[in-house]
Amino acid sequence: MAKREKTTNTILTVFFTILSLAWVYPMFMILMDSLKKESSITTNTAFQLPSADTFAGAENYVNAVSSKGFLQALGYTVIITVTSVAVILICCSMCAWFITRINDRACKLMYFLFVFSMVVPFQMLMFTLSSIADKLNLNTPFNICIIYLGFGAGLSVFMFCGFVKNIPVEVEEAAMIDGCNPLQTFFKIVLPIMKPTYISVGILETMWIWNDYLLPYLVLDSTKYKTIPILIQYFRGSYGKVEMGPMMACIMLTILPVIIVYLACQKYIIKGVVAGAVKG
Amino acid sequence: MKKALKRYWPVFVLPTLLAFLIGFVIPFVQGLYLTFCKFVTINKTTFVGLKNYAYAFTDASFLHSFWFTAAFAVLSTVLINVIALAIALALTRNMKGANIHRTVFFMPNLIGGIVLGYIWLILLNCALSLMGKHLIALNATYGFWGLIILTCWQQIGYMMIIYIAGLQSIPSDYLEAAKIDGATAWQTLWKVKIPNLMSSITICLFLSLTNGFKLFDQNLALTGGDPGHASEMLALNIYNTFYARAGQQWKGYGQAKAALFCILVILISMIQLRSTRSKEVQQ
Repeated sequence: MAKREKTTNTILTVFFTILSLAWVYPMFMILMDSLKKESSITTNTAFQLPSADTFAGAENYVNAVSSKGFLQALGYTVIITVTSVAVILICCSMCAWFITRINDRACKLMYFLFVFSMVVPFQMLMFTLSSIADKLNLNTPFNICIIYLGFGAGLSVFMFCGFVKNIPVEVEEAAMIDGCNPLQTFFKIVLPIMKPTYISVGILETMWIWNDYLLPYLVLDSTKYKTIPILIQYFRGSYGKVEMGPMMACIMLTILPVIIVYLACQKYIIKGVVAGAVKG
Repeated sequence: MKKALKRYWPVFVLPTLLAFLIGFVIPFVQGLYLTFCKFVTINKTTFVGLKNYAYAFTDASFLHSFWFTAAFAVLSTVLINVIALAIALALTRNMKGANIHRTVFFMPNLIGGIVLGYIWLILLNCALSLMGKHLIALNATYGFWGLIILTCWQQIGYMMIIYIAGLQSIPSDYLEAAKIDGATAWQTLWKVKIPNLMSSITICLFLSLTNGFKLFDQNLALTGGDPGHASEMLALNIYNTFYARAGQQWKGYGQAKAALFCILVILISMIQLRSTRSKEVQQ
């Protein structure tokens, strides 16, 4: 019995090692292509490793970074993600605490609407939302976070509410009796208790906003402001000569930071995903 | 406490509420109204009743994209969940390097749909051209399978994480009891593990099904709907009706299609909600 288990384990280990390698292959392929010379990147040689003739060193990366578009897009993406996630975390957690604790008819209606908004696909709103954003001048990377707060409030409020329900009210009441006003109670008592939920919600929202394509594409003036997904789609869709080398380097440069962050805080990311899925 | 807190509502609720009105409620209501209108901009609308809906139901490209999407969503849901569960079962067996595998399988989730689509476009086109076949943009069947492979690659890791969490929360007494009673691995799987995983399974099925129906970025980046509109899924079809064709009637048609799409997604969610509820009662 023990021997049989050992052989199955060996077979599984070998099988999964191969599978894992296959899983990272697409990323590895882009890495290899990004090191090739411009002229040697063609449709049917994408699998070939760079050889002495075709190796280009860091040339593509230098080109990608020195072209104005990439760094700008990276900057806009960072600004949008950071501001939106910060606004969502603060506003939604406060809102969720309030509606869970008060829980009157108006709060219940709001809660219902938030949950409902989680289900509605973006296509239903895209036309009206982008025209409203234009009218209110919410169409730059610096204030698009208001739109993200509105459209992304559903999931965040829902997750925060789920957590607040499990916090004993007595703790907060004690703080109030000791003379805290509701704001102090929230920031000194509730916020520290909710830290794990902040991390989970923050990770889910970051993953969404960092990679989001359609919302910024429709809301922002995309001739002026391109985020990274918009930039890459723009390259792919544009006719005529596309510089494949810098393009591959661009892709690598967008993937790498994400993977490094993932490897560094894997534990939190996986926890966040599980929490989000179980509640969502 | 409630009284004191209620006075603070402008601080706590107002920012989120205002943003929610701007970002969801108003566009939703306006969008619903516009399904009954002919319009180019929001300010110039003519009421036309149900004409837009009637058109949407007779639009061949919309119906085609519906069946394409439905086939895609069902097939990808089955594949993703079967493979993800199998991987989760293997990785919870105290195997060497299980953590590394878990890390690797989850990784594609962090990359956005547009970038993923582009990577796979390069990879699949290379594979197809080496085999002497047409490129992906010229054959809808390749487009369909390309999308399936891409979606599996992306989402298996996500579902696997949920299944692993579910498997780890099964009390070890159950598994030990099954072992003592002489259950085979196969019996343990069907009689102990899967019944205890039902809540994870419903969540994953629902997530992958709605993801399948809502898929947009990957579709746009990998096939772009080519050739013609043959590999266009619902979300992309709606997008193209809005933005690829000019004229006032098209915008109304697009909005009506979006409303139908919205109803479809809500229906799926309600079925899921009900099935989770009924299972909670049983336990």
